[in-house]
Amino acid sequence: MEGEFIPRIISFCCNWCTSAAADGAGTARMQYPTNVHIIRVMCSGMVHPSFVIEALLRGSDGVLVCGCHIGECHYRDGNVKAEARAEAITLMLDDLGIERDRFRLEWISAAESAKFGKFVKDMTDKIMALGPSPYRKSG
Amino acid sequence: MKRIGVFVCHCGINIAGTVDVKRVVEALKGYPGVEHVEDYIYLCSEPGQGLVRDAIKRKQLGAVVVAACSPSLHEVTFRGVTKDAGLNPYQCEIANIREQCSWVHQEDKGFATKKATRIVKSMVEVVRLDKDLEPIRVPVTRRAVVIGGGIAGIQTALDIADAGHEVLLVEKNPSIGGRMIQLSETFPTLDCSQCILTPKMVAVSRHPKIEVLTYHEVVGISGFVGNFKVELLKKPRYVKEGTCNLCNKCVEVCPVVVPSEFDVGLAWRKAIYLPFPQAVPSVYTLDEKSCLGLDPIRCGKCAEVCEPKAIEFDMRPEVFDVEAGAVVVATGFDLYPMSKLGEYGGERYEDVISSLEFERILSASGPTKGQVRRPSDGKVPREVVFIQCAGSRDPENHKPYCSKICCMYTAKHAMLYKHRVHDGTAYVFYIDVRTPGKDFEEFYQRTVEEDRVNYVRGKVSKVFKQGDKIVVWGVDTLSGKKVEVKADLVVLALPMVPAAGAEDLFKKLRLSTNEHGFVQEAHPKLRPVEHPNSGFYLAGVAQGPKDIPETVAQASGAAAKVDALFSSAELLREPTIAEVVEELCDGCAFCIDPCPVQAITLVEYTWDGEVKKRVKVNEALCVGCGVCMATCPKKGIAVRNFTADRFLSMVEAMLED
Repeated sequence: MEGEFIPRIISFCCNWCTSAAADGAGTARMQYPTNVHIIRVMCSGMVHPSFVIEALLRGSDGVLVCGCHIGECHYRDGNVKAEARAEAITLMLDDLGIERDRFRLEWISAAESAKFGKFVKDMTDKIMALGPSPYRKSG
Repeated sequence: MKRIGVFVCHCGINIAGTVDVKRVVEALKGYPGVEHVEDYIYLCSEPGQGLVRDAIKRKQLGAVVVAACSPSLHEVTFRGVTKDAGLNPYQCEIANIREQCSWVHQEDKGFATKKATRIVKSMVEVVRLDKDLEPIRVPVTRRAVVIGGGIAGIQTALDIADAGHEVLLVEKNPSIGGRMIQLSETFPTLDCSQCILTPKMVAVSRHPKIEVLTYHEVVGISGFVGNFKVELLKKPRYVKEGTCNLCNKCVEVCPVVVPSEFDVGLAWRKAIYLPFPQAVPSVYTLDEKSCLGLDPIRCGKCAEVCEPKAIEFDMRPEVFDVEAGAVVVATGFDLYPMSKLGEYGGERYEDVISSLEFERILSASGPTKGQVRRPSDGKVPREVVFIQCAGSRDPENHKPYCSKICCMYTAKHAMLYKHRVHDGTAYVFYIDVRTPGKDFEEFYQRTVEEDRVNYVRGKVSKVFKQGDKIVVWGVDTLSGKKVEVKADLVVLALPMVPAAGAEDLFKKLRLSTNEHGFVQEAHPKLRPVEHPNSGFYLAGVAQGPKDIPETVAQASGAAAKVDALFSSAELLREPTIAEVVEELCDGCAFCIDPCPVQAITLVEYTWDGEVKKRVKVNEALCVGCGVCMATCPKKGIAVRNFTADRFLSMVEAMLED
């Protein structure tokens, strides 16, 4: 990859909301940057802080965790737990010298395809402005 | 090492139009573990499936990745194919390169191809780790809870019960009947709504398999498909069903008068009341909000005159659980509030009324016994204006969607008005007239041609009061002329919105909705009566605006789905639930509290004379959310095939160049 910096973003998306929203974005042919990779998880509460940290240490420029709005978790309150972990993740990022803005937790319901498209575009712009992750291997 | 096959679908041009499938195939050839790579125009077709099946056998593959559309569409298909070929179905993974790649990156073919390759590689990594799993067999409670006692809920309940299964029909109001019982005559046949509904209400109440729980609400739910525990709230009616003999003396002495919900505020009722004469169950309800105090010191007149002693002031709300295998959501609709249509005089002028109010005016059981009279002074209106799309199809100010039934009921309103006030004049302001439905267009033509209703194509610009008239200004966009009507009565065709309380209920049931609050279907075309969450079914307007025949059809559809679920005494559950990694779990128990279903317990055991601890998962309870694995500091517990290694290997593959 030469020339312009294109950030590599990993997005952990809940099966019940954001994965469906991302499918909906496809069905509606909404266009968003190619640099966002989606990993389907059963719940945002399934995402161990180590997944986020490891993804960043292995060279991802940004990591997103997307789940259901508070009160709408398929499993009652997995998203509340994800929210609590997000705070811990932020502190770990400080320790590792990774900018806090490289990580975001966002609630996107199955009906919010447009929000998903806009969110990943905005995050791409934000991370582009930050530049490559200090842990990025190449390119 | 597992021999992996990769199959890349073109999906016609849906994928191949953006992603260079041949390049993806080339990139996967020689990728570690991949023994076979093939592409095909439509993998989901019979020959496509055959190709996967044959390759598994011929090349002795141990696992496959199908790169195609979203797993929500064809994961089931290809896991079936894998099973047919003799593999465990969990040795098949779907790489979503359509919804999450080709369709969203149409402008960037090079990168889309690169991304598709990475997605496929990430799923190869996943399938490499996938373990064989066997579905878990669980018993099914063959009892359905149907929420909502309108026509949707009634039809669903009857159909499920006729198939031989138990039904609890839960209705928050004192009587079943819903919106349909309030309507006058129904389009396009003009049969009386009450006349066709009340036999069904009676049938439901008499059915040996149906228990009707009116004045009850669903307040919580736990469990999963086949095995729900539904928490119900029984609101106190303060009148004992069965003891009350409907003598009406309580109503006569009750000093409190409040607007009647059944008559949409056009008539009054007492604090103790029967919502309407054909109410089911046939019992009075004392509305505690309006009652003077529920005790003999403050009032108590009703209890004094009640000969059978049916009134009991110390009834209390009761909460109880019921077990059920399926839940049908048939919560119906309300109309968008009149107060939001100030521009049309909504709630400002007494003679600007909602379409539902006009239904009550037209109804033989209504406040005027079916005579068309306006609310302010009881005069027969000589000129009536009907405003269609009063809040619908108005994305800037109100609701963007079409409420679907208004064109037809407005035609019916105007027709019935003309039938009853022969020398009256009716105007309908409309954007378009939409009449897709059996006999609908013919009905509308009759309104225009035989009943001489004046249809004016254009939006209303202003509604204001002048003396005892309501003046309506609009533009006829066909002639380009300004139109002014000095009307006696204005009727607004308001949008249908999800019933009050539905938002709250859907949250409790954890059911997703669209942005307007209508509950989501599993697939907009192919699974319209099921929710994505297994065990939840949909009927009626709760899912989106629809008319009575459509509601009844959907209700029967939902019932058929429930019957299919209940046709077997047990069902197969996804085996992707949490599993303890025995050598890594040290019994720290961090995972116990966060578990939403209390599926994890701590066990002690003796090993080599030493007492050790470890957690244990209850397979019947675990829902596979993985909150435990995200809590565990030592990889001691994980959802089967959703391990940390899976996610990290996916990340690695996605970050490769």
